[in-house]
Amino acid sequence: MHKLLNDSPGEQIMLLGNEAIARGAVEAGVAFATTYPGTPSSEISLNLFQISRESGLYFEYSTNEKVALEVAAAAANSGLRTFCMMKHVGLNVAADPLMTLAYVGVTAGMVILTADDPAMFSSQNEQDNRYYAKFGNLPMLEPSSVPEAKEMIKSAFDLSEELNQPVLLRTTTRVNHSNAFVTFGDIKPMETTGKFVREPSRCVTVPAVSRGLHAKLLKKMDKARELSEISSFNTVHGSGELGIIVNGVSFHYALDAVKDLGIEDNTKILRLGFSNPMPEKQINAFLKDCKKVLVIEEGEPFMEEAVKAFAQESGIMIPVKGKSEELFSRLYEYDPAMVRGKIAAYFNIDYTPKEKLSLDNVPQIPIRPPNLCSGCSHRATFYEVKKAAGDMDIICPTDIGCYTLGFLPPLNTGDFVICMGSSVSSSCGFSKATDQKVVSFIGDSTFFHSGITGLVNAVFNNHNFTLVILENGITAMTGHQPHPGVDMERFGLDGYGRINIEKLVRAIGVEHVSIIKPFKVKKSVETIKQALEYKGVSVILSQEPCVLYAKSLKMLKPRAFKVSDRCADHRDCINSIACPSFYLDDGRVKIDADTCVGCAVCAQICPENAILPLKK
Amino acid sequence: METTRLIMVAVGGQGNLLASKVLGEAALISQVPVRMSEIHGMAQRGGVVESAIVFGDATSSIISDGEADILLGFEPAETLRALNRCSKDTKVITNTATLPPFTVSIGQGVYPDVEKIKELIKARCASLVAIDAMKLARQAGSPMSVNIVLLGALVQTKGLSFTKEDVIKAIERRTKKAFLDMNLKAFDLGWKAAQTYSG
Repeated sequence: MHKLLNDSPGEQIMLLGNEAIARGAVEAGVAFATTYPGTPSSEISLNLFQISRESGLYFEYSTNEKVALEVAAAAANSGLRTFCMMKHVGLNVAADPLMTLAYVGVTAGMVILTADDPAMFSSQNEQDNRYYAKFGNLPMLEPSSVPEAKEMIKSAFDLSEELNQPVLLRTTTRVNHSNAFVTFGDIKPMETTGKFVREPSRCVTVPAVSRGLHAKLLKKMDKARELSEISSFNTVHGSGELGIIVNGVSFHYALDAVKDLGIEDNTKILRLGFSNPMPEKQINAFLKDCKKVLVIEEGEPFMEEAVKAFAQESGIMIPVKGKSEELFSRLYEYDPAMVRGKIAAYFNIDYTPKEKLSLDNVPQIPIRPPNLCSGCSHRATFYEVKKAAGDMDIICPTDIGCYTLGFLPPLNTGDFVICMGSSVSSSCGFSKATDQKVVSFIGDSTFFHSGITGLVNAVFNNHNFTLVILENGITAMTGHQPHPGVDMERFGLDGYGRINIEKLVRAIGVEHVSIIKPFKVKKSVETIKQALEYKGVSVILSQEPCVLYAKSLKMLKPRAFKVSDRCADHRDCINSIACPSFYLDDGRVKIDADTCVGCAVCAQICPENAILPLKK
Repeated sequence: METTRLIMVAVGGQGNLLASKVLGEAALISQVPVRMSEIHGMAQRGGVVESAIVFGDATSSIISDGEADILLGFEPAETLRALNRCSKDTKVITNTATLPPFTVSIGQGVYPDVEKIKELIKARCASLVAIDAMKLARQAGSPMSVNIVLLGALVQTKGLSFTKEDVIKAIERRTKKAFLDMNLKAFDLGWKAAQTYSG
């Protein structure tokens, strides 16, 4: 049995934040769940995917976040408790349905989780998605810890049903990827068969209907405000004249800091967990007894601006500060010592930070950037494209996935990336705006997510570029989730369709389609050359399973190679493909037999044919 | 309960996330409050992987620079890189087996001398235990057990408030049954190496 289906209420277990959220969904009786995976949200869906195989839960990896939210919207309007989860930038993709689903509402509980990533551990930006709650008029809850995340998702479902409104649950990486003790609660039985009751005056958003819905939405938010005023997630801790208003993980940094600074007797903290709409009356009551208030929130001044507006309206004149040059930044994430220091500075508390170690005489430590895995087929493809392009002046728009790492030297095959799918559409723009040759890269999962429409655009508008689709048969970077091109029988699952990318690309009207097996270097280079010479849209499918995935399925038996005595130290292998299995030993190139999987790409480019299979 | 802050730094693939899960389980067994934070995603493609583990009363789940009580480094250069997380009161335990970053082989940097690394840490921090955990892992049966060897050394240095037995129980619960004997051997080898360390 999956550990999150454990039906022993009261039992304690150590869980990752994302596991706790998945467990909270199970306890809430969630019957329907959709997602497109993205760090830091991915383990929630990974667990729900596994759980769906052992329970009545319907779970799907949808093609992208917009699709996921639309699929979920139908379920939540058919009476099923529905959970839709994604990373913060995924909500941009889903923003179109989000804004109008807020008007339409739901007939059963619906929670939309956005996993924000302050400091961008694994993201292209650090946008603050609390503004989506305000923008779309959605109630929002924000947990501060792992155990609270599990409780909060249950409350979010109740809240959603009370308001007939989807609820936004906003987490940050430090909740998703922290571990803590969690106590199992009761599992609510799930309702798995829905019924849609026709209600065109609510569900068909033509202008005449939407005008009425918008007015109703504002009324719902008035009710939500009342619920926020009495929410057990908006709590005051301690008492005194020094006030702190805080959300999310910063709450714990502030709690620890107040204790460390010894100002517990004169400080009170208002933690906002139900943060849209904000509890105006409660905030005003809190401000009234304070001499000075500090607002602590990672990201944008979302609470700070609201608190200042509330104070202004009710004529409260005390200083309220948050974001400023001297105090808190809008950049990156916070940490306990930083919050401690800012609290001390703002409230004039004596505090000497721990003395920093002198790092004088510490030598420069070589950097360790993330790298494509040993034997990763992307590396081979990138090398071959560069080889085929020769002296051509090429632009390489790339996309979101492991292969973004191709931008690093010595491969240097990534020149432009802004979001999922942008490799294809930006290629359209580059090919018209410049005379340079455009060769772009996209993974198979990302192609399904949002590359297809760009390719349709390219064919229709007759653009001129080569698109390389890196078909490794899985969504690799987020942890090997399936996508519409995957054979689901490999997961032991039947009843799924499978989309053939080659047929799809041809059906779109791409006339020059070729397939390479990237571990066959010479042949691949020849094929790529022909595609590059073609005027118009050409597509190359580079087909080779993700090496990590193949290893995990035992589909691949690593057969290591070695550098033999024939090596004349040209170092073409290291300098042009930079596989992490190479290392230098006494100035000579060696191959680490523990990590080499035997893709043999280096063996094919060595001018001395010095790289040979290691005989066991 | 007093707060103990532990930072573990490793290179992607060395198994430090499993090591932190074992410590979390040991904390659960001995009822020591614990919060842990880890970095996933892009960071795992051969980059540096860091776990922060806070035992005791503090409620935060991350550790600020200069505030680690214990630093456990799975790779010597990474241990050195994490010196900014330490203070003069920090106990440091490190593996001495190197995994030079790829940047070294393409000539973008020079890997520091391991003896020099040890010297630099010893001069600045409260204590240092430096063992060749890779060698011991191979001795235990597989390089994959390097994480458990280091856990053995960590537990031996007594910075944490739970017993060896609790950690062994946690290893039994949290690691694969097929590797249990190897892991127990690895733990014991790490423990003994730290006990007899006299650098």
